[in-house]
Amino acid sequence: MKFTSVFDIIGPVMIGPSSSHTAGAARIGRVARDLFGRQPKWAKIHLYGSFAETFKGHGTDVAIVGGLLDFETFDERIKTAFEHAKNAGLEFDIIPETANKEHPNTARIVMGDEVSEMSVEGISIGGGKIEISEVNGFKLRLTGGMPAILVVHDDRAGCIANVANCLAMHHVNIGHMEVSRIERGQTALMVIEVDQNIDERILQQISLIPNITKVSKINN
Amino acid sequence: MDVLFHNVRELVERAEKENKLISEIMIEQEMNMTGRSREEIFAQMDRNLVVMEQALERGLNGVQSVSGLTGGDAVLLQNYIASGKSLSGDLLLDAVSKAVATNEVNAAMGTICATPTAGSAGVVPGTLFAVKNKLNPTREQMIRFLFTSGAFGFVVANNAFISGAAGGCQAEVGSAAGMAAAAIVEMAGGTPAQSSEAFAITLKNMLGLVCDPVAGLVEVPCVKRNAMGAANAMVAADMALAGITSRIPCDEVIGAMFRIGQTMHPSLKETARGGLAATPTGKALAAKIFGSAVEVD
Repeated sequence: MKFTSVFDIIGPVMIGPSSSHTAGAARIGRVARDLFGRQPKWAKIHLYGSFAETFKGHGTDVAIVGGLLDFETFDERIKTAFEHAKNAGLEFDIIPETANKEHPNTARIVMGDEVSEMSVEGISIGGGKIEISEVNGFKLRLTGGMPAILVVHDDRAGCIANVANCLAMHHVNIGHMEVSRIERGQTALMVIEVDQNIDERILQQISLIPNITKVSKINN
Repeated sequence: MDVLFHNVRELVERAEKENKLISEIMIEQEMNMTGRSREEIFAQMDRNLVVMEQALERGLNGVQSVSGLTGGDAVLLQNYIASGKSLSGDLLLDAVSKAVATNEVNAAMGTICATPTAGSAGVVPGTLFAVKNKLNPTREQMIRFLFTSGAFGFVVANNAFISGAAGGCQAEVGSAAGMAAAAIVEMAGGTPAQSSEAFAITLKNMLGLVCDPVAGLVEVPCVKRNAMGAANAMVAADMALAGITSRIPCDEVIGAMFRIGQTMHPSLKETARGGLAATPTGKALAAKIFGSAVEVD
């Protein structure tokens, strides 16, 4: 079931003109920023399908940049997000692509700063709802509608159990979990959707578990 | 986490069996799914209603979009109603004008509440604020109007689609108009079954509607499609309240909309490559707005 709440239908409250191309785009940008963990210094924003064809008219470009600046869908600053980006030290390129993606409204954000880089691919599925479909080359499905933790780790026995134990200790209930890896024994990713927003302290504890390389979160 | 209904048939059956309004079933499901209290859920919907009221007020004062393509039509229509010369009826035109007002604000990058999308955000509030003057609802009934709309939109979103990019305008304004018709029926005292008939009658008359925005902007023809979506909803609600039923059940109409959307050519699904966007004037407007020719096949 893609839509679970009445507020997916009557909502979001947002800056016009398009729920999929403006509000959804802003949400993809904001979730990407959350996953990166801070405001990136630079971002290359690749647009596909209908996003690539109509981004100018829909303000998709300003919306994604606004999202990267942590603006919500109803933040009137989205209209002038390019100026805010300049002031905040975020350099960006908007790159319309001709390649076909599975979904017509797809954006791929490659971002970074002097410390690290990250790529996030998101799709806008209508009415402002989004899904994150790829992070750093890992295929996944994340709605951003629930708080979630992403854990990059070495593909070793016990890793998943250790993270689950840590969450259990803090009485955090797991709603949905996906694990994937690109190659056996190499880097792997856990995507854990949980029922409540996660405390910074718990993230720190998870990051101290052996073989864990990176922990990020999305709050709701 | 119990889903109380997967389709319109289940929604209507549950409402009738438990002798409840459709809005009530939607509220109960939201409580089930999220664990939030009735008060919290009502308060959030009330905030959405406030956004709709503010957008309407802004639109009725007259707005212009950045491109200059849309704006000011809601005011023209209100003035015309005031002249006393309207042919199709003041209440109907009031709904049309208020739908236009909301969408003009959306086109001007103002703040709106998506219902179910931004491009179709005029229909539900437009009809709500028009019938309000005739039915004098309480604040709670106005909020319930949005829950009833949401219940039908919920079914469409999960069984078909609500975005123009996925299914054409029939999925967006078509869904919005059906949602509004169903909610008007409930507010006017009709039965849950009549709400479902109103939805079916409305959507049947929007099947096949393509999404072909000029220059890719949510303006032409989106604003006027919201106008006609509101008119469609009002007339269908009256038809259902008169006792007229749809020969094709509501869920099957939604299924038909889904299949039509799946087979619709990509040039007609919000890519600004077909339909009105690809007319000589559509292309010329796009070129003028963006300062250079926008490629249209």
